Amino acid sequence: MYAWIWRRLPGTWQVKTAVAAVLLIVAGLLLWYVVFPWLDPRLQFDHGVVDGTPSTPARPG
Amino acid sequence: MRVVIRSLGELCITAGAIVVLFVLYELWGTGQYTRAQQDRLGDELMRDWRAPKVTTEKVSLGKGLAMIRIPRFGAKYHFVVIEGVDRADLRKGPGHYPGSALPGEVGNFVVSGHRTTYSAPFNRLGELRLGDRILIDTRDEQYVYKITDRRIVRPSAVEVTAPVPFHPGRRPRERMITLTTCHPKYSAAQRMIIFGELTERLPRAAAGK
Repeated sequence: MYAWIWRRLPGTWQVKTAVAAVLLIVAGLLLWYVVFPWLDPRLQFDHGVVDGTPSTPARPG
Repeated sequence: MRVVIRSLGELCITAGAIVVLFVLYELWGTGQYTRAQQDRLGDELMRDWRAPKVTTEKVSLGKGLAMIRIPRFGAKYHFVVIEGVDRADLRKGPGHYPGSALPGEVGNFVVSGHRTTYSAPFNRLGELRLGDRILIDTRDEQYVYKITDRRIVRPSAVEVTAPVPFHPGRRPRERMITLTTCHPKYSAAQRMIIFGELTERLPRAAAGK
């Protein structure tokens, strides 16, 4: 897979390395700022609230 | 055949790298978000407190309500308590159950927070001992609560948030604080609950900061 991508990249090996690095960074940023924030609430393993019924809380004292 | 196996290997390594990155995001990236929000809400709160009095005391959802300090966690430990306990609120910091008592009021001031991820404001709640102080700063006053009890309960135990904990419907006479967080760490299996009682109220200016 990666060998195939490497062969598709244009230019000399220096250019290839630069383009590959940019691709890697873009993929990383996409994961960090788009995919992970979307995934986080779906996998949420840390619940501090007692029973997700905050809309019907205790009456004020 | 060799190509297939090699591709499969590459995919597995890639998946592993993505999982590692996700763990880093959970442990560190989420905290970055919380710190930014805390800074913003903290500034907002200080500005509000310095401003001349406003007539409406009600804080809208998602805004800063008070400042929580726990001396056992060090002098630097402080978090802005957010009004609301929705997912979005708790990402910003510990959240106050809307409708439960306000700081210093008769009844139960209930605050919920993350034990892990999102800066983990309540990470060390398990280290608290009976008699430890929880300080709640508001515009004019600092309320000093003393810890009276710690319980591990089912996630559905909403009775801990009642004005008189475990006795929903009973008329409150005492000024309580209740902190809730998840238990054990990195799990949602149970909840850890800390109870405290108001022992003192000081003018905030005299209490420092």
